[in-house]
Amino acid sequence: MKAYISFFRIRFINGLQYRTAAYAGIATQFAWGFMFIMLYQAFYKSNPGIVPMPFDQLSSYIWLQQAFLALYMTWFVNNDIFNLITNGNVSYELCRPLDIYNMWFTKSCAYRLSRAALRCFPILIAAFVLPEPYKLGMPYSWIFAILFIVSMALALIVVVAYCMLVYIFTFYTISPVGARITLVMIADFLSGGLIPLPLLPDWLTKYIDFSPFAAMQNVPFRIYSGNIPADKAALAVLLQVAWAVILVAIGKILMSRALKNVVVQGG
Amino acid sequence: MKLYFKYFSIHLRSVMQYKTSFFLTSIGTGLTTFFSFLSMYFLFDRFGSIKGYTFNEVLLCFSTIFMSFAIAECFGRGFDTFSGIISNGEFDRIMVRPRNEILQIVGSRIEFTRIGRLIQAFIVLIYAISSSRVYWSIDKVVTLLLMIVGGICLFFGLFMIYAAICFFTLEGLEFMNIFTDGGRELAQYPLDIYKDWVIKFFTFVVPIAFINYYPFLYIIGKNKGYGLFYMLSPVISMLFLIPSYILWRIGVRHYKSTGS
Repeated sequence: MKAYISFFRIRFINGLQYRTAAYAGIATQFAWGFMFIMLYQAFYKSNPGIVPMPFDQLSSYIWLQQAFLALYMTWFVNNDIFNLITNGNVSYELCRPLDIYNMWFTKSCAYRLSRAALRCFPILIAAFVLPEPYKLGMPYSWIFAILFIVSMALALIVVVAYCMLVYIFTFYTISPVGARITLVMIADFLSGGLIPLPLLPDWLTKYIDFSPFAAMQNVPFRIYSGNIPADKAALAVLLQVAWAVILVAIGKILMSRALKNVVVQGG
Repeated sequence: MKLYFKYFSIHLRSVMQYKTSFFLTSIGTGLTTFFSFLSMYFLFDRFGSIKGYTFNEVLLCFSTIFMSFAIAECFGRGFDTFSGIISNGEFDRIMVRPRNEILQIVGSRIEFTRIGRLIQAFIVLIYAISSSRVYWSIDKVVTLLLMIVGGICLFFGLFMIYAAICFFTLEGLEFMNIFTDGGRELAQYPLDIYKDWVIKFFTFVVPIAFINYYPFLYIIGKNKGYGLFYMLSPVISMLFLIPSYILWRIGVRHYKSTGS
């Protein structure tokens, strides 16, 4: 356990070094946030009927999404790990007396957390002081705030477990770029990365809600603003736990099978 | 130009060595366009229209901007990795060769995998043309072509500026993405759906409105007089290449070799 904690620390501190990149990232995320909000506002104005998500909740969703982009974006994969696998350096990793799945899992978590830690606060603070209805609102209630934090952690586990599957997939194909983009983009779309899930057609969300993708950023961000009612929120969090367990289990099984007949290329 | 074709054929042949990989990657990059299209479709499915524009009309904006961006990215990719060329001293070698620097940089990298996006954008364009209930007279076809060509020039110019800034900062600046990727995202819709300052910014600072908004109005017949101006407005965004090139020249003059 101690080894994993120190891995986490190394990665975390390492990630904190890239401050200039983070400032540029913050600027980009701001521009993106404003762009989405203006776009949705135009849509909401053109058709002010009953929408499944009031505009202030949507604003909160977008700012949370921009602030925690590094935590939940599936395309935020760690290229180091891909390089390890494709250039054969994975053999060094196998020599370590540690479980490789757990090690990469901690590394990925630390990588995402450090990047998010650098970026989220300026965005959150600025989004709080924006005028209504564009601002990031307060949590719906304190119970929802607690649920939000729990579900944030669970969502991170689900996302990282999914990305681990993408890494493991690289063992099976030598040229992984196409498959990787496909897996990552599908997850991005179905988890509400492009448009919030409630705005998708109802016949589609009915199914997505039970998928692992909905257990990613969708749940915490909607709990925060109270878009998911209390009884359903508890259910959604339970579903997150279930998917976290299932994805990690699948990942571990596939990993051990892949490692049994891993062929290290090159020399 | 002959030299560029030489580069072109070398890149094409090297890509064709790994055909499966190439096709899979092309499909993968094409998916981003596909999902953008899908999100737009679902949003219109829920909201009906946006500021009086229908889905089929907005698709014209969407497909032209994606086509221009895909082509510009395919050929201007060398600028994207330009910070690498500067920091490893490769640019010194480029300077001593008796050929144009831009030609060599552009030739250093051609990204054929963008074909996936291009094909998709093209399919969407065909669909948009046939379904948008626009009477396609010669002048409107010309306008549409100008939109695409103007877009290519504009994004190419932006990539060039991105590279020119590297002369001063030695590394790529991520915030330039606001203008390239951000511009592409914004211009999927006619620009007047956003706040007023957006359209002003993208008219006078980065002339994206001239390839997206003004000619688009002409095509769907919503312009108020000045038909010729609306029709030929993409030419203005082609002129954007001039300041980009000047900035590039200034950058080259400032260049100090780094690294080894």
